[in-house]
Amino acid sequence: MSAAETRVLLANIDEPGLQTLDVYERLGGYKSLRKALFDMAPEEVLTELEESGLRGRGGAGFSMGKKASFIPKGAMDKFLCCNADESEPGTFKDRLLMQKNPHQLIEGCIIGSIAAGANKGFIFIRGEYSHQADILEKAVAETYAKGYLGAGILGSEHDFDLVVHRGEGAYICGEESALLDALEGKRGNPRLKPPFPANQGLYQGPTLINNVETLCNAPGIIEKGANWFKGLGIDKSTGTKIVSVSGNVQKPGNYEIELGMPVREIIFGLGGGPPAGHEVKCFFPGGSSAPVLTSDSLDLPYTFEAMAEAGSMLGSGAIIVVDDSVPIVSIALRLAEFYRHESCGKCVPCREGTNWTVKTLERIDSGEATPMDLEIMSQVQENILGNCLCVLGDSMAMPIGSMIKHFREEFEQHIEEARAAADLEGMPALGAGELASAQGAGAA
Amino acid sequence: MAGEEYSQRTGDEGAVRAAPLPPGWDTAVDIDKPPATVPDPAEVQVPEALREQIETIMARYPDRHSAALPAMRAAQEAHGWCSPLAIDQVASVMQVTPAYLSSVATFYDMLRTQPTGPRYVYVCTSVACHLRNAKAVYDAIAEEARDQDLEGVEVREFECLGACDMAPMASVDGRYVGPLDDSDAHELVAAIREGRIILPGRGLEDADYRLPWDPDAETAQSAGPEATGSELHRKTQPQEPEPPHPDVSPPGGTVKDRPEEEPEGQ
Repeated sequence: MSAAETRVLLANIDEPGLQTLDVYERLGGYKSLRKALFDMAPEEVLTELEESGLRGRGGAGFSMGKKASFIPKGAMDKFLCCNADESEPGTFKDRLLMQKNPHQLIEGCIIGSIAAGANKGFIFIRGEYSHQADILEKAVAETYAKGYLGAGILGSEHDFDLVVHRGEGAYICGEESALLDALEGKRGNPRLKPPFPANQGLYQGPTLINNVETLCNAPGIIEKGANWFKGLGIDKSTGTKIVSVSGNVQKPGNYEIELGMPVREIIFGLGGGPPAGHEVKCFFPGGSSAPVLTSDSLDLPYTFEAMAEAGSMLGSGAIIVVDDSVPIVSIALRLAEFYRHESCGKCVPCREGTNWTVKTLERIDSGEATPMDLEIMSQVQENILGNCLCVLGDSMAMPIGSMIKHFREEFEQHIEEARAAADLEGMPALGAGELASAQGAGAA
Repeated sequence: MAGEEYSQRTGDEGAVRAAPLPPGWDTAVDIDKPPATVPDPAEVQVPEALREQIETIMARYPDRHSAALPAMRAAQEAHGWCSPLAIDQVASVMQVTPAYLSSVATFYDMLRTQPTGPRYVYVCTSVACHLRNAKAVYDAIAEEARDQDLEGVEVREFECLGACDMAPMASVDGRYVGPLDDSDAHELVAAIREGRIILPGRGLEDADYRLPWDPDAETAQSAGPEATGSELHRKTQPQEPEPPHPDVSPPGGTVKDRPEEEPEGQ
């Protein structure tokens, strides 16, 4: 296995004391900031980011430069928000970046603020990451003292204030508009879009929201140029990506790869593959919200396009591997319970759909379900998709839908076996004929 | 009545509701009372330190409402939970209604609207940890907490804590420890009781922290080889003998509701 990491963001991650400004500067830190401030016009910074083809690393994969270019020009209060509410199950890359290299993120935030013309920024970090938030707060204080933050950075005309804001434990706050509501001190309910945050975001002002990893890429792009960045990765998936490999693998962890590496190399070469004696049953290619792919897709290149073509998504870059010892129903149920707990309750399809999916799955597991329940559950997923303000409901509907698609036989077998095991009074065992007719109804 | 029957039948979430609640925000509302207004600062006594903290937080934002979450966190640290008094104090300093704050507090998992703290153990049982047997770890910790009469500590399952590399793991007052085994439960709970550092060397924030399969682990971590061994041992143990999904509807409800039920029976 020729799998090797390409370390760009994680290049110096093992350097002792990297959290301090001194060590970060010694390794070339804040050089890009000086370049962006003094050698380039703000428009050039924006063009460079756009040219690089850097796509959002938080989940949606939208071009970062383009997002920044939507921010209206002119003198007004504009904001930059760094989304550090990393709560997608399976994702832990931002935690590493913030804990080990906080200044890279801060420099990225300042460069982002130059591109967007923002003068006030917030790092919205999830409350569970209290240790990382402490590190960031210390780093921000150091940066203020050195004059990289505040009014007139390093004597230039650019002002930028940065505040570390802690969330209090809600998955939905990772959704950009819910994050804004949480930052405004409200319940974290997603907002109706449009207007998009670029026009009307935090405190109704234009707001640029980016993921931690996206912003961490900015200093490198400014220092070495868009062409260098485009040289990494393939096609429209440029640059490197930190992949969080977890689940049934022997060596879970963060691995930085060039986009385009085959999935097999990531799971087997870097992650060590499933435990001895087990096979990959399926995997989530981009966090728990991504539809699962089976072992047939292991040879696909890990890019935004290839994952989308295979019917899934690259998402946050978290690969959760499920091996053949795990019943698919237990994964589906755990997933559905998660989304039921985290649904904010604003939109009916999501609030009710997640609840009914859990109940149906519980019935499947306790032997009270019939094959018809599987059809009902599929329909529930279809009725959630695209019918809510945000994608939380879809995040459950897509993986559950894909599980039913790929593992229908296992679901049916589970229903039958659980039914036989439960030995419910007054409920006759299902005959093969009934099963077939239920399937026929579903297909029609 | 119908509601009560229903809640007893469905287990888990229903049982939590059916159990008697300690005094808190979820008690019935007296609708004859006039609505609570912004508290008069002259009438609410706020500890000086807390007031100062909240005022500093408010100054960081263009809009004082943004301080709601950090301010309630500060109050929670002072009071142990977001008690009606704590909320009143924050409302008085922030000049907002207590209703606004309690509506926000009930949304977030880390703000406690029941006096279950002030310390906490969050055991991650989300998908990635679930695949590595997190439920058994949670069960062991919950059982150990009962056996050792752990008080003033909220032990609960939590959704993904963003540390799937060290799965299964738990967060003890923000200290991430892992990978855990059910045999770690005793030491973990004992360390909390005695106020010691939880599992030294196995916390994410420890300088010498390495994952057991990290090539540097054996040199950097004293418990390295042993941890590697136990980890491999566990992973190579086939998980087949387990029932299809052990954490769903075990007889007598799930473990989640047991802590609430037990004190009553005693």
